[in-house]
Amino acid sequence: MNIVENFDLFAPRLINKKELLSSGHRACQGCGEVLAVRLMCKALGENTVIASATGCMEIISSMYPTTAWELPWIHVAFENAAAVASGVEAGLKALRRKGKIADRDIKVVGMAGDGGTMDIGMQALSGAMERGHNMLFVCFDNEAYMNTGIQRSSGTPMGASTTTAPAGKVSMGQKTWKKNMAEIMVAHNVPYVATACPSYPLDFIRKVEKAKKVKGPSYIHCFSVCPTGWRCPSDQAVSLGRLAVETGIFPLFEVENGKYKLSSEMPKKLTPIKNYFKSQGRYRHLGEDEINMIQGGVDREYRKLLNKVQCLAAWD
Amino acid sequence: MAKRVGMEVALAVAEAVGQCNIDMAAVYPITPQSHIGEHLSDLVADGKIDAEFVTVESEHSAISAIIGASGTGARVYTATSSQGLMLMHEILPIASAMRLPLVMGIANRAVSGPLNILNDHSDIMPQRDCGWISLFVENGQEAIDLSIQAFKIAEHKEVNLPVCVNIDGFQLTHMVEPVEFPDQELVDKFLPARVPFATLHPSKPVTMGAFSMADYFTEIMKAKDEALKNSKKTILAVWAEWAKMFGRTYKPVETYKAEGAEILLLTMGSMSETAELAIDELRAKGLAVGLVKLRLWRPFPFAEIKEVLLSAKKVLVTDRAVSFGGPGGPVCSEIKAALYNEKDRPTIYNCIIGLGGRDVTVADFASMIKKVAEEEANKNADTYEFWGVRE
Amino acid sequence: MTKKSGPAGWQEITTGCVVLRPGSASEYHTGSWRAQRPVWNNQKCIKCGICYVFCPEGCVAQSEDGYFKANLDYCKGCGICAHECWSRAIAMVEEG
Ligand SMILES: Cc1ncc(C[n+]2csc(CCOP(=O)(O)OP(=O)(O)O)c2C)c(N)n1
Ligand code: SF4
Ligand code: SF4
Ligand code: SF4
Ligand SMILES: [Mg+2]
Repeated sequence: MNIVENFDLFAPRLINKKELLSSGHRACQGCGEVLAVRLMCKALGENTVIASATGCMEIISSMYPTTAWELPWIHVAFENAAAVASGVEAGLKALRRKGKIADRDIKVVGMAGDGGTMDIGMQALSGAMERGHNMLFVCFDNEAYMNTGIQRSSGTPMGASTTTAPAGKVSMGQKTWKKNMAEIMVAHNVPYVATACPSYPLDFIRKVEKAKKVKGPSYIHCFSVCPTGWRCPSDQAVSLGRLAVETGIFPLFEVENGKYKLSSEMPKKLTPIKNYFKSQGRYRHLGEDEINMIQGGVDREYRKLLNKVQCLAAWD
Repeated sequence: MAKRVGMEVALAVAEAVGQCNIDMAAVYPITPQSHIGEHLSDLVADGKIDAEFVTVESEHSAISAIIGASGTGARVYTATSSQGLMLMHEILPIASAMRLPLVMGIANRAVSGPLNILNDHSDIMPQRDCGWISLFVENGQEAIDLSIQAFKIAEHKEVNLPVCVNIDGFQLTHMVEPVEFPDQELVDKFLPARVPFATLHPSKPVTMGAFSMADYFTEIMKAKDEALKNSKKTILAVWAEWAKMFGRTYKPVETYKAEGAEILLLTMGSMSETAELAIDELRAKGLAVGLVKLRLWRPFPFAEIKEVLLSAKKVLVTDRAVSFGGPGGPVCSEIKAALYNEKDRPTIYNCIIGLGGRDVTVADFASMIKKVAEEEANKNADTYEFWGVRE
Repeated sequence: MTKKSGPAGWQEITTGCVVLRPGSASEYHTGSWRAQRPVWNNQKCIKCGICYVFCPEGCVAQSEDGYFKANLDYCKGCGICAHECWSRAIAMVEEG
């Protein structure tokens, strides 16, 4: 047990006890995405307004006439969460300036799945980030369109089988590398970009708290295990998230004002990805050659990241 | 004293919106709307209005952003045209289901393809069933008046629905017209601060835009339909108040020399002024013709339309859009539906006119009416004609 | 399981379908989805709270004695708490 693990072990003492997403939501058993949302809410606290995209998290939390939300929350459509959040931010700003509402700091947060962020919602998000709204956007990346039945997205990793890029006699499933959304956000020159995973709750919460303090746009890309879509046992949402980090498939890092920093959770030596693939049905069809090919890609991307961390850690 | 000036109508619309103490606007450029957004951002840049002007990256985001801001309780505005309105389409019924009092100016323009930047009504007609209150104006003064009234109607506690004001692109938006701006104090008196029924604020957390299954969806649609129908009462009350305060009268259906007319011509928007000249000309020749101008498109004013049309023998409905492969023009379908159950109903004729900026002259209207006058009743009642189309 | 407390007819639909009761999803008891239930052995528990942190339902709470337990009205029986417990103090038991 190293120091970091020890620290994590007693994490609960440091976590906001208040639940801002109530029980009774309809997420599948062992949903890693709803766990991430729950922890995000704890980190954000009550002075928050959330604008959500259509997707699993919207459907499972807002079944009329009830809601799981204890925070002010709005959903409009699939591709426009960032635009709605922009409007919420602008509205609150104007009303506060004009003395129409109490003078109180409220963080506006946009949230969407990988589809709602990286595909159909990319334009609205890019616009919102470029305009510099004081808002945090969190992508809950479960690597496919889960709400509509596990179709591929640009966040689906190489080799994963989905319902629109299925593995077959002549196909290994997804044939494209996962879009690096965090880097796209870094390219927007926003003050704060981070990757996170609820399997590291303290790290995740600390990053959300940091993003909350930024006066301007910030972005967190949150890896979210989906037992239903990944065809893995429901008790593995947390352990698989950990393996994704330990294999370097999903490295944890932060970019503050353009400066890269690897999160302390990253191991010195990465675990082979086959350990991570093992329990997931979406990778079951892969042969050794394919796994080796993917391992090569993962290593290459991780080296690139380490180089950025080395070169772009400080310059002033 | 009310300020009388000569001004381009698009700028006048922005000025009028600027009189309404808006908190936030999000507008994306498109011809012929752009002057509204540009002038609004001038007003913000010069500190003449205290509002956030969000320079969104698309119309889809414009409508989405004003929904977000409206959700916080802010008074919001957007404006668009044609492709911009089509891009917003997905979000329009969501806005009305959420019962948010958005106000949108539409500089009406033909929709592609082929691309065409000029005026007709093919942008607003596909939005017919989106649950918005939809109003048409005839001139610059009406554009000012209705842009201000729109906020009052939208935000009224018995309404809480989005409102769009249709202003013919170029034909109206780019005309310099003599207009009168109401005094600011009177506008402030006419238009009190918005009192939202719920807001996005941590002091009282609410969920907006919840998900619904079959168990409630029908009831939700019924509630929305009733709200829209019911809004007519408020619209009429707001117009009565406006007439009292500013001396200009507005009605859902307006008429010109319609009394005793055997043939009634029906128009919407800025072409009504040309149509009036045609009516004058034909009346002078002794023809019993008159004009009906439809101002309120949604909620559709069934009672008022029947009241004016039933006394005529023939009605010539002009449409500025086509329902392809369907019954002709969308306005004509509505008129037919309104009169169908009446025993003694007039024969209805339909001309599709002024598509993509095609000029419609006084002579055009006069010959349309003459053609209808010469037709035997009921013969061509089920057909429609692309007026002036080259064979 | 579901206690219906929603609008009966269209006239009772809240304006704009706004939900004015935060956290009202808790009226719906997801415990019926469960095939297995977590059973705590407090003798092994070190009171770290990991089971509380990682429960996607937010249904694990600390009792006054410092030990943890799940609210079975909501526990879906995913098994994450048992899987993540360092000291193996939680066992998943088939529902009878
Ligand atoms: C314009 C539009 N296109 C498609 C859909 C259907 N749709 C709803 S949610 C969704 C996928 C959501 O995927 P993601 O954003 O990754 O969220 P997840 O459900 O995986 O959490 C799709 C395709 C829609 N609602 N709107
Ligand atoms: S499909 Fe996946 S992401 Fe969606 S609720 Fe189920 S487990 Fe969660
Ligand atoms: S995770 Fe295990 S040891 Fe920690 S509090 Fe829960 S039951 Fe006790
Ligand atoms: S089994 Fe799953 S739902 Fe039940 S208490 Fe444990 S973590 Fe929570
Ligand atoms: Mg997804």
